[in-house]
Amino acid sequence: MTKPMTEPLTERQLGMATEKALTPPPPGNPVMRLRDVGVAFAGRTAVRGVTLDVPEHQVTALIGPSGSGKTTLLRTLNRLHDLTRTAQVSGQVMLGDIDVYGGSISPTLLRSQVGMVFQRPNPFPTMSIYDNVVSGLRFNGARRKALLDEAAESALTAAVLWDSVKHRLKAHASMLSGGEQQRLCIARSLAVEPRVLLMDEPTSSLDPQATKRIEELVTELKTRVSIIIVTHNMQQAVRVSDYCAFLLMGDDRAGQLIEAAPTTKLFEDPSDERTLDYINGRFG
Amino acid sequence: MAQRAVLERDPLKEDQGPDGITGKRLHLPVMPDGLYRTILAAAAALFCLLIVALVVTLVVQARPAFVHFGLGFLTGTNWDPVHVKYGALPFVIGTLETTAIAMVLAIPVGLGTALVLVHAVHPKLRAPLSTAIELLAAVPSVVYGLWALLVVAPWVRSIIEPDLARTTGGTGPFSGPQLGIGLLLAGLVLFVMVLPTMVAISRDVIASVPKEEVEGAYALGATRWQVLWRVVLPSARVGLLGAVTLSTGRALGETIAVTMVIGNSTAIAHSLFSPAATLSSVIANQFTEATEPFHLSSLIALGVVLLAVAVLVNATARLLVRSVGRRSASSVALA
Repeated sequence: MTKPMTEPLTERQLGMATEKALTPPPPGNPVMRLRDVGVAFAGRTAVRGVTLDVPEHQVTALIGPSGSGKTTLLRTLNRLHDLTRTAQVSGQVMLGDIDVYGGSISPTLLRSQVGMVFQRPNPFPTMSIYDNVVSGLRFNGARRKALLDEAAESALTAAVLWDSVKHRLKAHASMLSGGEQQRLCIARSLAVEPRVLLMDEPTSSLDPQATKRIEELVTELKTRVSIIIVTHNMQQAVRVSDYCAFLLMGDDRAGQLIEAAPTTKLFEDPSDERTLDYINGRFG
Repeated sequence: MAQRAVLERDPLKEDQGPDGITGKRLHLPVMPDGLYRTILAAAAALFCLLIVALVVTLVVQARPAFVHFGLGFLTGTNWDPVHVKYGALPFVIGTLETTAIAMVLAIPVGLGTALVLVHAVHPKLRAPLSTAIELLAAVPSVVYGLWALLVVAPWVRSIIEPDLARTTGGTGPFSGPQLGIGLLLAGLVLFVMVLPTMVAISRDVIASVPKEEVEGAYALGATRWQVLWRVVLPSARVGLLGAVTLSTGRALGETIAVTMVIGNSTAIAHSLFSPAATLSSVIANQFTEATEPFHLSSLIALGVVLLAVAVLVNATARLLVRSVGRRSASSVALA
């Protein structure tokens, strides 16, 4: 990311991004760096003082009880709080060497670099499966059919959905089951070739079988994209994540980061007593 | 003490009184299902009966005119009570034309206003602006008529009509004397009158598009314009068609304001600037002086025609909604 990215990706750039994703840089390198990040809604602090490095090509889990600000923190990373007028984000968020809130990158371009999957599957109900998958590319200005077709197949294959939908790409997205819809949403995010994929409790509305398949998918996808996943399910965090950050609501009712560590370390040998209490189920 | 008494009660025995003495459980009066169903059915039946009675009365009273003139009543272009000639075509055309003018303006303006209210205006301004627009619906129709006649008509005559004639060369629908009152003014008044309906319903429909869909689009890197055009409006289209249908229905039937500004000419208008008449304006104008039985019957027949036009417009809209629902998945496929 040497040149300032202020214009929509061209089709050629998107094509280059596909090739680049095949040779990931060595893991352990932070893809996102958060420095003293805070969020306030109408003056009331919801999250404060989060400093965290998100490793590249790994799965980072944000865990913590309800109200600890996991989702709020996640939504600072793709500037989704911009949609809420009362929201105020402080501190610094870096994506590679781009300052996310620095003004050198537009929110729309940022969001094509930092994708997001939501709690409930939210495919566009008026669009077909195909149109859903390529919607992000179209938003970013891609028009050539060959490129769209290729990206759709690649993204659907990556989301383990291609074989079951390749004969009915024209069908309504709402015809799919909940788990399939969520994988469609993952494919839709992947099609834009983001560097980071944010997942906000992506399995909370799914049955155990569908949850298992999404979890398998998350682990497979980390070669392609760095993943940050919010979960209230600690077993899930253990199963899918390499790195884990524990958040907790402080006395001022604002969420704060208690500790962040490789998942095995955080669960087997946490440095903070509050983390130990939480993972042993003593509260939350 | 009281608290302990509650704690000591056996939770499994609900009928136990506070002193341990078995008491009676409190029973709320429960309405039997049968009675409930009967009341609902009666209410629904009354409503259906009213509609049937209305239509039957209209048709019965209009029968003499329909029997005498046959289909000629619909296709006749001459409305001449003095010579007992009744043809409704000019009024059917007038009704459709004024409604069309109103809707051509109301759809883009109403949709735009609704989008701004939901997605662009500061939340603190949303409620007062909405109320202001809804207040437009509370203004009595006769007040709109007065305002249009006294304020807008001179303005239409001296500014809008000359400008339109100049830019279009004064031919076809823009030819003829510029009077102020006429089709164009009636259409403009109807536009203002249906706008609150259009805005209020569109606003609710647009606001009810799930937040997840909107955020999903933003999260993929869509601009605000793309979110509105490719996600919000498609998702809301069935409801928006409903808003258009209801507004059209209002425009078709609106009487007093139109009667005051349309000029009430029984000839078919050949220009937007010409005076004309609508089905409802003729009824309102001539009802009091219709002493001759054929005249009265013909006016009621106009009412039947108006009802039929309204039902037709509604049915078309329904068909449209259904076909839109079915076509929604059509797209370019792979392969």
